[in-house]
Amino acid sequence: MRFFADAALALRLLARDWRAGELTLVAVAVVVAVASVTTVGFFADRVHQALSRQANQLLGADLVISGDRAMDVSYAAEAERRGLQVARMLRFPSMTTGGGQNVLAEVKVVTGGYPLRGDLRIADVQNGTDRRATEIPKAGTVWVDERLITRLQLQVGDVIEIGKSKLPIAQIITQEPDSAIGFINAGPRVMINDADVASTELVQVGSRIRYRVLVAGSPAAIADYRSWVTPKLAPGQRVESIEDARPEIRSALERSEKFLSLAALLSVVLAAVAIALAARRFLQRHLDACAIMRCHGASQSRLVRLYLQQFVVLGAAASLAGCVAGFIAQHALALWLGSLVTVELPEPGWMPALHGFVTGLALLLGFALPPIVALARVPTLRVLRRDIGAPGGMGLLGYALGAVVIAGLIIWKAGDLRLGGMVFGGFAGAMLVAGLLSWGVIALVSRIGGAGVSWRFGIANLRRRPMASVLQVVALGIGVMALLTLTIIRSELLDLWQRSLPPDAPNRFIVNVQPDQIPTLKKFFEGRGMTMPELHPMVRARLIGINDRSVTPADYSDDRARRLVDREFNLSWATQMQKDNRLIAGNWWGNKPRTDQFSMEDGIAKALGVGVGDKLTFDSAGSAFTAEITSLRKVDWDSFNVNFFVVSPPGLLEKYPASYVTSFYLPPGKVELLNALVKQFPNFLLIDVAQVLGQVQTMITQVSRAVQFVFLFTLLAGLVVLYAAIASTQDERLYQATIMRTMGASRSQLARANLAEFAVIGALAGLIAAAGANALGYTLASRVINVGYTFSPMLWGIGIFGTVFGVMLAGHLGTRHVLRIAPLRVLRMLS
Amino acid sequence: MTILNNVSFEVAKGEAVAVVGASGSGKSTLLGLLAGLDTPTSGSVHIAGEDLFALDEDGRAALRARLVGFVFQSFNLLPAMTALENVMLPLELASESGAAATAKALLERVGLGGRLTHYPKQLSGGEQQRVAIARAFATRPALLLADEPTGNLDEATGAAIIDLMFELNRERGTTLILVTHDMELSRRCGRALRLAAGELQS
Repeated sequence: MRFFADAALALRLLARDWRAGELTLVAVAVVVAVASVTTVGFFADRVHQALSRQANQLLGADLVISGDRAMDVSYAAEAERRGLQVARMLRFPSMTTGGGQNVLAEVKVVTGGYPLRGDLRIADVQNGTDRRATEIPKAGTVWVDERLITRLQLQVGDVIEIGKSKLPIAQIITQEPDSAIGFINAGPRVMINDADVASTELVQVGSRIRYRVLVAGSPAAIADYRSWVTPKLAPGQRVESIEDARPEIRSALERSEKFLSLAALLSVVLAAVAIALAARRFLQRHLDACAIMRCHGASQSRLVRLYLQQFVVLGAAASLAGCVAGFIAQHALALWLGSLVTVELPEPGWMPALHGFVTGLALLLGFALPPIVALARVPTLRVLRRDIGAPGGMGLLGYALGAVVIAGLIIWKAGDLRLGGMVFGGFAGAMLVAGLLSWGVIALVSRIGGAGVSWRFGIANLRRRPMASVLQVVALGIGVMALLTLTIIRSELLDLWQRSLPPDAPNRFIVNVQPDQIPTLKKFFEGRGMTMPELHPMVRARLIGINDRSVTPADYSDDRARRLVDREFNLSWATQMQKDNRLIAGNWWGNKPRTDQFSMEDGIAKALGVGVGDKLTFDSAGSAFTAEITSLRKVDWDSFNVNFFVVSPPGLLEKYPASYVTSFYLPPGKVELLNALVKQFPNFLLIDVAQVLGQVQTMITQVSRAVQFVFLFTLLAGLVVLYAAIASTQDERLYQATIMRTMGASRSQLARANLAEFAVIGALAGLIAAAGANALGYTLASRVINVGYTFSPMLWGIGIFGTVFGVMLAGHLGTRHVLRIAPLRVLRMLS
Repeated sequence: MTILNNVSFEVAKGEAVAVVGASGSGKSTLLGLLAGLDTPTSGSVHIAGEDLFALDEDGRAALRARLVGFVFQSFNLLPAMTALENVMLPLELASESGAAATAKALLERVGLGGRLTHYPKQLSGGEQQRVAIARAFATRPALLLADEPTGNLDEATGAAIIDLMFELNRERGTTLILVTHDMELSRRCGRALRLAAGELQS
């Protein structure tokens, strides 16, 4: 019963403090923290779902099972049983005949429902306006693409022969969703209904047919299905989603997520600082209450219980409010982005709300618990002697539990111990450095005498409570850092990211250029007023050995590694490293390198379990060669440039059969160039990545918008921190000013003393903020978007002068009224 | 440094005793010891037969809750609570029922029936001290300890506060020990203990 009696008392005490405004700052800090975490959580969840669904348009499905033999019927049946959408497709090359001409085309046989994701667009006539197809070709008709109908010189309605069938052309295909997947989409395209495939008599034993089962549904159901189907696959069959198929999309998706989660982490850290300051202020203001209650016979454990109950209730209520605010905010965000996001945003799940709730409660208790325990130990003698201050444990050590909670939350949010540890370590280190710096500067400045009585008073204020001053400086610095990041760094970073994929990024690849064709290809481009794009040599070779052991696919359990060993690598040679590559281990070769070296892409090296110093043996056209890995590179796959997993210096690969590969930008409306190219160089393989490119560009735009919105919360959290930092010393400042006035200090002297103090605080905080914002910008640029970052001198100027001005103004406004009212009234207010 | 030395006295139930002496003579330290707010290097304090320093900190707190009330020089009201709530607090801590009614009656007794919902900062010094007195008597303590109760008040207000304290003292049969250097106040007590340099003088 005792417990419940206390719960009721705790609630009454809570209500009284709430009414008196003592809890507002704590509550606001928690609400902002939780709202920003949940908004980002809700929204990142939805954006991720939307982006991957959008990306899946390029696959025509969420998941594709493909292979060179007929699919077991159970694959489709099981998918249907699980309520997933299913379509089937076969693809094979075949000669098509019409108007007296023969053209080798790619025949695509589809069932109803195709495509499950993305748009198939058709037109009634050649060069006519196209529209989204709502069904597949009717049985007994074909759809063909513009290239085929042009080369056969036919019209819509004419008959085309495919195998043993003669079928009329019903529509022109202008866009297929899945044209960019795989490297086999070079030929003109014919699409027919599954019902007509038997009559063509083309599907026979030995035919070169690719079979596909397409599946779509909710991410969870797809993941379940994937794990069901993977162990059942026959040799030569594989299951893939867009991330498996296109490294550019995977890399853009990963970046988007990193951006969003970093924004969320920043908000959490800021909100934590605000909560810490607010909780500290609350407890400091309750020292007297605790002393009085202990005088009236409350035991230490009872005080801990009373305050703990209050903070649990407060934390739960504020966290709940934050969740609701977050839910509303992300809906507003979705509405605002509605016109931009081309697909419907799926409804968010409930997990983000739970995350937010736990975050709010954990942060509040983490920062409030140590001071509560300390508070309960307040010496009762304080009622007789006010000069007995706070008991120990209210200082830096009191923040240890809070720091542990933050570290836990960050690691939880980052979903990765190493990354989370790095982020937390970065923040903790920065705060520590900032704290030590402020401490040192304050000590130094207070040694500099002279300079007038007001200045000395102001500086003495700083030195008198060094811990509070340092905390205030660090908190202000972090708040301003968030503002700088929001205003200056954010737009620069997003700019950099968008510029990393300019509008004229390569959208076509040419593969299989023979060495003797290079001069003719050069003439071809120059004759059309274009510059010849850079050609890269390519040697196909199979990996047969690592160090002294031979390698087979069976050595690897990892699917990707097994596929890599199973198929041929594309090797290249180069003198210089490509601009969009970044060296992460070892050294790039100099001008006169030894020839038996490899530079390997980092991801592939990880998949194969090799690193610098390992020797790889390849086999090309029957002869083997060995070289040592001397460097690892990070490759910017979404730059859409030609890149290679394995590169060697000149001199190693030239003796093996090589072809060349290049990428270039084809402006829209210049399809004629492609036709001419194929006509003049029939052996070329042309790959169209325009759609993938467009997709990545859209993703960048959308994520940039989302990030800006999410940073609004960071801004809000920053403002709360600023307010809390200024408010944290307000009581003391009032008291001090009053005492000095009673001792005869003039108002202008006091105002000047305050301004001197605020100027030092502002300058230090501004310095910390500018350094922090630059470091954050650098980290984001190099780790998240992989672009070079230039340190902005403007940032330092705005950061330092802006903060000095802002803090002086805010401080002056905050203390101005103190100087006006009679000292006795202030003393009474504070007693 | 020795603050109090060789100080020994007894106070009978219902008696009113003043502790007087110059600043720094150890008056407040003595009061702190009597309340068990501080512990001596040696010596003992018995209240109603119980040895204060044989108890631990929480035990002393429980004893205070049962037997002792306080009035302080600086009033020590809680700024976030109204007058009524300040008086209710010790009753609530003792889990007594009808805390609001008891507190209201006491505030009416000290002449503040019209200011129940006012916060300390809205009250004058004299009014704040009356609230503090009402709070001290709320739990019907056997012993009331007062530390310079008039120290922060002007003469007329101080006199009114003293009258109030003695009235309540008589009404409730409370034992009163008060620290003061107000000679007028010490004369109204039945007995005065004079402290000089930490020693009791007769």
